[in-house]
Amino acid sequence: MLLKELSSLASPLSAGQVDKLKQLTAELSAVQLAWVSGYLAATSEQGVTGVPQVAGSNEAGTEQVITILYGSQTGNGRGVATELAEKAQAQGYAVNLTSMGDYKTRQLKQESLLLLVVSTHGEGDAPDDAIELHKFLNSKRAPKLDNLNYSVLALGDSSYEFFCQTGKDFDSRLSALGAKAIAPIVECDVDYQEQAEQWQADVLEAVKPLVQSAGASVVSIASSQTVTSSFTKQKPYTAELLVSQKLTGRDSDRDVRHVEIELGESGIHYQAGDALGVWFSNSNELVSELITALSLDENEQMTVAKESLTLRDALTNKKELTQLYPGLVSGWAELSQDAELLSLSADKALTREFINNHQVADLVKLYPAKVTAEQFVGLLRGITPRLYSIASSQAEVESEVHLTVALVEEERDGVSRFGGASRFLASAEEGQEVQVYVEPNNHFRLPENPDTPVIMVGPGTGVAPFRAFMQERAAQGAAGKTWLFFGNPHFEQDFLYQTEWQQYLQSGELSRIDLAFSRDQDHKIYVQHKIAEQGEQLWQWLEEGAHFYICGDAERMAKDVHQALLDVAVKFGNKTPEQAAEFLEELRAAKRYQKDVY
Amino acid sequence: MSEQKLAVNEYLKTDSDYLRGTIQEGLDTAVTGAFSEGDQQLIKFHGFYQQDDRDLRNERKEQKLEPLYSFMLRARVAGGVCTPQQWLAVDEIASNLTSSNSIRLTTRQTFQYHGIPKRNLKTIIQDLDREALDSIAACGDVNRNVMCNPNPVESKLHQQAYAYAKQLSDNMLPHTKAYAEIWLDDEKLVTTEGEEVEPVYGKTYLPRKFKMAVAVPPDNDVDVYTNDLGFIAVADGDELIGFNMVAGGGMGSTHGEVATFPRLADDFGYIKAEDTLKFAEAVMTIQRDWGNRENRKLSRLKYTIVKHGFDKFKAEVEARTGIKFEPKRDVVIGDRGDRYGWKQGVDDNWHLTLFIEGGRVKDLPGQPLQTGLREIAKIHKGDFRMTSNQNIIIAGVAAADKEQVESIARQHGLLGKLITETRGHSIACVALPTCALAMAEAERYFPDFLTKVEALQEKHGFLDQGIVIRMTGCPNGCARPFAAEIGLVGKAPGRYNLYLGASFEGTRLNKLYRENIQEAEILAELDALFARYVEEREEGETFGNYTVRSGVVAAVNDAAKDFHG
Repeated sequence: MLLKELSSLASPLSAGQVDKLKQLTAELSAVQLAWVSGYLAATSEQGVTGVPQVAGSNEAGTEQVITILYGSQTGNGRGVATELAEKAQAQGYAVNLTSMGDYKTRQLKQESLLLLVVSTHGEGDAPDDAIELHKFLNSKRAPKLDNLNYSVLALGDSSYEFFCQTGKDFDSRLSALGAKAIAPIVECDVDYQEQAEQWQADVLEAVKPLVQSAGASVVSIASSQTVTSSFTKQKPYTAELLVSQKLTGRDSDRDVRHVEIELGESGIHYQAGDALGVWFSNSNELVSELITALSLDENEQMTVAKESLTLRDALTNKKELTQLYPGLVSGWAELSQDAELLSLSADKALTREFINNHQVADLVKLYPAKVTAEQFVGLLRGITPRLYSIASSQAEVESEVHLTVALVEEERDGVSRFGGASRFLASAEEGQEVQVYVEPNNHFRLPENPDTPVIMVGPGTGVAPFRAFMQERAAQGAAGKTWLFFGNPHFEQDFLYQTEWQQYLQSGELSRIDLAFSRDQDHKIYVQHKIAEQGEQLWQWLEEGAHFYICGDAERMAKDVHQALLDVAVKFGNKTPEQAAEFLEELRAAKRYQKDVY
Repeated sequence: MSEQKLAVNEYLKTDSDYLRGTIQEGLDTAVTGAFSEGDQQLIKFHGFYQQDDRDLRNERKEQKLEPLYSFMLRARVAGGVCTPQQWLAVDEIASNLTSSNSIRLTTRQTFQYHGIPKRNLKTIIQDLDREALDSIAACGDVNRNVMCNPNPVESKLHQQAYAYAKQLSDNMLPHTKAYAEIWLDDEKLVTTEGEEVEPVYGKTYLPRKFKMAVAVPPDNDVDVYTNDLGFIAVADGDELIGFNMVAGGGMGSTHGEVATFPRLADDFGYIKAEDTLKFAEAVMTIQRDWGNRENRKLSRLKYTIVKHGFDKFKAEVEARTGIKFEPKRDVVIGDRGDRYGWKQGVDDNWHLTLFIEGGRVKDLPGQPLQTGLREIAKIHKGDFRMTSNQNIIIAGVAAADKEQVESIARQHGLLGKLITETRGHSIACVALPTCALAMAEAERYFPDFLTKVEALQEKHGFLDQGIVIRMTGCPNGCARPFAAEIGLVGKAPGRYNLYLGASFEGTRLNKLYRENIQEAEILAELDALFARYVEEREEGETFGNYTVRSGVVAAVNDAAKDFHG
């Protein structure tokens, strides 16, 4: 929302308060505004502490509350849940919107209407903030929920084997505990928007006979909900790219970029730990390759999402060309009637493997088919923005935002295939427009107390948010110790931001750094090995209250680091493996163990 | 103690606990590929220099990467002699532990590696140690690698000369255990008060580097007069009976500073062979005691001798040894080049000298030199000898094995390419991109430059005659450019000072002829000079001698007066 549009009608403020706010904000620069917004966010967080979980709720006795819970890793789930809350409120319902991570499980028994939005990651894993509730519902402690009405919206990616698994788990457990589904579970793929809207409409329709709406209820936004910008995924800000600088040395086998983007007068505020959503266009070369391969006319007019445009435009700006999904593989199999592809698409595991190793252009090259432009575009999913962990702090870079972007590049049969967004950013020229929005990540935050030590594990581009953390702490003049674990293949070529870490070490702002360059010796060394090696020290830091952060690869690294941490707790904390697991769970619950993994 | 402030390195040495410094801490610091500034001076005594790829400095700065640091490690191989087994180890290290994947033969008869990351230093030194090789005192303010004419033809004489070179090398080694502790994991010894760790060197070692060579006339491949201390073998038949001792040579100088100059050694006289070590120690300790420790640019032995005067210095040597010099014996100082190809020795064994351009042993397209030498080492029963012209000799091949060695050499491009006399006599230093001192290219550019000079020689019809041409990237003079008939010393990228007038044999220095000129001008100057030379030269007159006789440059007889004069 823009300030000039701020009125008492559209906000919970009185007319007098609105005037005061307008008066103040008119005097402030973008940087001051950003600071104030952070100040207010922090103040509101403190203010909410200790307030009963459900605002204006059952105690009144007359009004039923719709509780909307979300479990979200990348912010999509939270986005859908927030929309739903707004719509419900607009219809006059009392709503309690909260993250599963902040939800008290003992509250469950008292709920009568529960709407859940939850995503699934990796091999059917729950997002971090949903882990506890997920576990609770599956445990013997879970209560009977005969009086509960619910519905689940599951978010997922159909190219993964355990598609929407977490959502399915919630659905089946709630049902098993006696709760009644008011609308069937909806399983959404990566382009979830349409289905999500339908589900929102369906559930709001279904609650009508169950809940009395009562005019003036407010949306209770849990403490971690801080709206930081009026620019969203749907309405991104058109920013200017300042720099796309290669960080890896010329003999590196990877291309990692330091990208700087100017947010100008947008007033966008972000916090260390947040992610930036980046919309991109597909490269001209890739689009041309597809059009040529399919013998289509690039100027053919078509309609995509009610918009009329040419085939080239649709492929460049509207459709996902770099990531396959099972529906596309099976659809293409039907069109091509290729026996090999038909049998491949009938096998889930094979499809999965194929998807992981191919792009759309590979598919049409390997299995030629005669298709119309309409058919082809119809098979493709909509383009979706990519999220990058922000590598800067506004305390340091003010109206800029920095990213650390690995150019995804694979070579197949002598042809290079690139990641859509990473190629867009890597080949972008100075001054180029790029559409962005901030995706807050309240599950990845520096400790509030600047004296608290932090341990940061960020191999590869996982180091990005820790650059933001260090900038933030340096600007604060924080006294807390800091410890970075970084790794990559080669010291000489792949030491991202080497000179900056050296400066932080020299100034003492970075207390220590441990490095794992996997390919600089006969045997591979990774960050988890360094953690094991430094176990005693690390345990001491944890004893001193250190927060532990992991950013980067979810599939292997985060799991290996987690295991290394368990081992440290066993070895130096004299714990049994069970106690160690419990200990880490406690750390997680206390927000002392946070992950930003993908 | 003088009131003058000592050079920084003197304090570093004093405080280093006999060359330990904080090298160990530097090794343990993984966030940088460099050592601390002070340790960068101390590691030289352990045989290596910190360098960085200067081509990449700016690029890496933008990449938020530190300069591409690496280390140049130079081994200590007295007289340049090593066994095939040692060569195989040296070769394997180059392939596995350096980024340059090559072995560089040096102008002082040893090999060095470029592109060693810090993390590999210890492994390399331990691998060398297993083959009885080390890098102690290969650099630093100590006695450096001792050179010795590798002539295997006169095998008996060479054998004796080599034995002296080896003794000189062993005798002048620092005694500190720092090297063994840091690199070979020997237990740290506690130095007790009053204990003499370095009976000869003392805590501060020498004021500057110290170079020795043993020459066996008529060969002067070791360029004996360019050394701080030289021993020219005097033989009776095939028995080595003594040496003509020379001292006070050295190439290093600084552009624009006339107080600095290159110099050739003075003849001191004849000494008996058995007194060699005594004399060497006397000269070295006088330099230790008298040498300039305030200004490192004026601290080589040559300046000490000039400062105190030849007679006073000679008297001090005689006083310290208790022996008088005899008049120098007549010897013929001849060629500084190598004898390429097969030569049969007096013991009937065969010796094959291979030309290695720029001393760079590397697998090149169509010329897998490194592989070739490896294959030879696998079957060779004699030894390898590195020459002071950066070449290598496969020495001591039995007649029966000759064909096999030759066939391997031919297959790998080590033999068979015709080289001109000039190319065979010419050398260049490493320079860019690794050497921190270089102001211009040398090794990378020199082969092409020589091709152009050869074309000029051909044009003027004397391609069959050798000219000693040497190029360095700076006036420090690793390729001994001031003793070349045509010397080119880097000033800036693409720009060189041109020096002329040294003798072919290395008994007279050259003199500045043109300053700060580029290739086209250099070639134009040479073209004109070559034209005059073929027109005006006397019977058998070398190019260097001609330029002096004809007055193109004045002769440099006394470097302190004449070089800049």
